[in-house]
Amino acid sequence: MVLTDPARSARRAALAVRVAAWVLGLLPLALLGYRWLGTGLGANPIEALILHFGRWAIVLILVTLALTPTRRLTGFNQLIRARRSLGLFAFLYVSLHFLTYLVLDQFFAWDYIWEDIAERPFITVGFLAFLLLVPLAVTSTKGWIRRLGRNWVRLHRLVYVVAVLAVVHYYWNVRADEPTPILAIAAVALLLLARVPRVASRLSRLGRQ
Amino acid sequence: MLIRKPDDITSSEITPEDVYLNRRSFMADAARLGIAGALAPALVGAAAEAEAEAASAQGRFPARAPRQEELTPFEDVTQYNNFYEFGTGKGDPYRNSGDFKPRPWTIEVAGHCAKPGAYDLEDFLRPHELEDRVYRLRCVEAWSMVIPWRGFPVSRVIDRAEPTSAAKYVAFTTVVRPTEMPGQRGRILDWPYREGLRLDEARHPLTIFATGLYGRDLPNQSGAPLRLVVPWKYGFKSIKSIVRMEFVEDMPYTTWSAMAANEYGFYANVNPEVDHPRWSQARERRIGEFRKRPTLPFNGYASQVAPMYRGLDLRRWY
Repeated sequence: MVLTDPARSARRAALAVRVAAWVLGLLPLALLGYRWLGTGLGANPIEALILHFGRWAIVLILVTLALTPTRRLTGFNQLIRARRSLGLFAFLYVSLHFLTYLVLDQFFAWDYIWEDIAERPFITVGFLAFLLLVPLAVTSTKGWIRRLGRNWVRLHRLVYVVAVLAVVHYYWNVRADEPTPILAIAAVALLLLARVPRVASRLSRLGRQ
Repeated sequence: MLIRKPDDITSSEITPEDVYLNRRSFMADAARLGIAGALAPALVGAAAEAEAEAASAQGRFPARAPRQEELTPFEDVTQYNNFYEFGTGKGDPYRNSGDFKPRPWTIEVAGHCAKPGAYDLEDFLRPHELEDRVYRLRCVEAWSMVIPWRGFPVSRVIDRAEPTSAAKYVAFTTVVRPTEMPGQRGRILDWPYREGLRLDEARHPLTIFATGLYGRDLPNQSGAPLRLVVPWKYGFKSIKSIVRMEFVEDMPYTTWSAMAANEYGFYANVNPEVDHPRWSQARERRIGEFRKRPTLPFNGYASQVAPMYRGLDLRRWY
């Protein structure tokens, strides 16, 4: 009979989760590079970049939000180790999305940028989501976690607001009744629902069975 | 021989005096650019001169310099499209339109006219000499292209149909074929796609039915076999794959304005002053260029078409 070392297998699981988080986090850049080298980015590369980064930012926000409910449901506690990396990767793509708009699309035309933020609700909402992510990214270090203590958790609940703003931004930006933004909205609704205390404890009970 | 000016000619169809006086320099430019040969001699009248005048109206070119703007590459024109019948992504129409069969094709002319009827595409086209026209295309999403279309003025078709005095508008309809058009299998839009023009807009010499671009037949993703091109309006007015045109009395139903009336008006004239709620219309990105350029009123065709809208509040009738 083979003796399993619980500490060792936990370390292995933690490593696997971390590697998976990095693979997923770098996948959008790899896909972009592949497309660039292959067929290119098409007739409007700036628009293609903005859409690519924006879509992947939403995907990573959704995956980050899915970790806690999945952990409850499966009892696979190591999943939580992917949260910070994926959250930071989400911030990376939100930043690239915003910078592409700022630099390549608008080329620092501040008056037009300001007009966009002030007058176009979908941009207002997207910009707000970006701003709210900044303090979360800044306080993602161990030092800040220690210093903020209980307030760190409170602060990081802002990600729920960010998720809602992000999918509204996506929905308002799309013409006609495309299904993908509606799917993203449904996903956020489900993931927030999973955090309602009664739902959360039921998920945990299901996980233990 | 007495040449009489027809009574029904609108002021917009008359060549402006300065263009008329400059026609020799236009002819010289056109010849240098090699486009004169492609134009039917009869058409080196109002329409063609109007087009050249449109370019010079931008004021960016000295009077005798070549006026033609750089054409958007064929690959970009045919691989970057909004044609929701084939999908909502810009590359979808190019990728998903392979199964579409633009022939055989029938076009129905209906409504308030003396000669309604259904025509095979060949019969519909036969009476018309095709000409090449280089037009700017401006999308409401704030990008633009310069496209060499092949086609003929819609006014020719209207003249043949002999609309009655009740006809105030022309309504156009796109084909519905979910088996060949995968985008139509979902309810993304209220199919069939419909558009319309005021009768005088449809009659304007700049308004054409296009059957081709870059000297060849229209590819499926560009609206084969027959589409409208109205260069001073946002791209969505230029309805593709037309199966029906109807002369109507009241302002017709149009897909986008029905979908979001606050965003898409019936007129949809390119206007840098009136913003779309989601996209500033003050500037545009010409496909292939890095920096945005200012958008011109009526997409640069103001001197030809603005008279049609005299007295119309363009903020209200956007």
